[in-house]
Amino acid sequence: MRRGRYSFAALVRHALSGHRRWPPAWRRREPKRAYDVVIVGGGGHGLATAYYLAAEHGVRDVAVVEKGWIGGGNTGRNTTIIRSNYLHPESIALYDHALRLWPTLSLELDFNIMFSDRGVMMLAHDLHDERILKRHIHANRLLGVDNRWLSPAEAKAFCPPLNIDPRARYPVLGAALQERGGVARHDAVAWGYARAADRLGVHILEGIEVKAIRRRGDRVLGVETDRGVIAAGRIGVVVAGHSSVVLGTAGLRLPIESFPLQALVSEPVKPVFPCVVMSNRVHAYISQSDKGELVIGAGTDQYVSYSQRGGIQVIRHNLEAILELFPIFARLRLMRQWAGIVDVTPDRSPIIGPTPIRGLYVNAGWGTGGFKATPGSGHLFAWTLAHEEPHPIVAPFGLDRFESGRLIDESAAAAVAH
Amino acid sequence: MLEIPCPFCGPRPEVEFRCGGEADIRRPADPDRCSDRAWTDYLWNRTNPKGVHRERWWHVHGCRRWFVVSRHTVSDTILAVSDSGQTAQPQETAADG
Repeated sequence: MRRGRYSFAALVRHALSGHRRWPPAWRRREPKRAYDVVIVGGGGHGLATAYYLAAEHGVRDVAVVEKGWIGGGNTGRNTTIIRSNYLHPESIALYDHALRLWPTLSLELDFNIMFSDRGVMMLAHDLHDERILKRHIHANRLLGVDNRWLSPAEAKAFCPPLNIDPRARYPVLGAALQERGGVARHDAVAWGYARAADRLGVHILEGIEVKAIRRRGDRVLGVETDRGVIAAGRIGVVVAGHSSVVLGTAGLRLPIESFPLQALVSEPVKPVFPCVVMSNRVHAYISQSDKGELVIGAGTDQYVSYSQRGGIQVIRHNLEAILELFPIFARLRLMRQWAGIVDVTPDRSPIIGPTPIRGLYVNAGWGTGGFKATPGSGHLFAWTLAHEEPHPIVAPFGLDRFESGRLIDESAAAAVAH
Repeated sequence: MLEIPCPFCGPRPEVEFRCGGEADIRRPADPDRCSDRAWTDYLWNRTNPKGVHRERWWHVHGCRRWFVVSRHTVSDTILAVSDSGQTAQPQETAADG
């Protein structure tokens, strides 16, 4: 048994000392002057990148530099939905690579991330919805990814609270169901990766803000932080809503705009909602957490903002639709509301790969749906950083696609109208 | 929700408006001669500042005129409004992508 491993025996041992002697899940480190690789951003994607660099590529001289605390950004602000039912072959390969890593992740990290493949159901409210969802189903099935069509009665059987009255404001004409999809505990994903990376020697540097990327000519040198300069020959920028700000310091302009995306949770209730339901048409997505809260996602504001608040009209529109679809929730009270800043690309697909500056790599633009990709994004980005060339799965998602015109338009699959 | 001071109608709630994205974007005068990089910059790249943002708004449920707002993207405070947007070329797809 490795020291510090979570197990039943460890639980019993620590119970005898009143659970007062659990070691921290990851160590607090002093930043070194130089690392082989610096990852900017300690969210799920950045921590996963550091973990796979150390675990699969033997690159252990790695620092993850996080301005706040682990899991305090978008990693802890999303609605935790996991699915891979995208439209284009490039996206299906990318998201399904992630989806295949989820089921065994708890085992790999020795940390219960509470992955639950309870199924993701996407509703069709009119003929156009029905056509686009069926097109997604066919595209997925051609590539061996599960997704199937449900009639309104079948949708109701899968999710009993659903209102399928044909006279409803948003009638349900059917639904696409991906049964391998589901949810996971988002904080645990960040903590699990942080702990596993720390055990392999990765330095996790919380509370240190990267102020600028240092470069000489077309070569990256390191990062300037509020604790001094950290040199690195390879830098991966994985900063979700702040990609334009951080990469702007290296003189890059990105095809990205940042918007607040809102979510909210209700008071906890007994298990009542067995799956994830999404409706692109009305900007609503809903599931129930293991604590019993309904987790509800809304849309983005229409203007660029870093405010982490979001407009009241956005959640009002969202909740009106939720209550039309699920009238049983009309008396439920909401406990919390927040927004995360999402960096949205013109084609709603992420940007992963090298930049015009040698040694500087970007993993950004996941827009409104990055959580589901966390393991796959980290896995493929680590490969890219280790080999200093894009992994074949992420190669189509390079920054150069905006110049070549080979966009990967996933606006229908992204599930949030912008 | 923002309260937006339309230069023609006065302060109105945000739901009356559509945001048209970053202002001051000029289409290259001769697209056939400009480089792919310059065209990419015009078409896709955006300033996306954490700070003051000049952006175009359209009073779609009001006077239906375009104008330019300077807004701080952290506090969302509107700092200045001008009707100079009338001279800019509207970008049809920028507002609702």
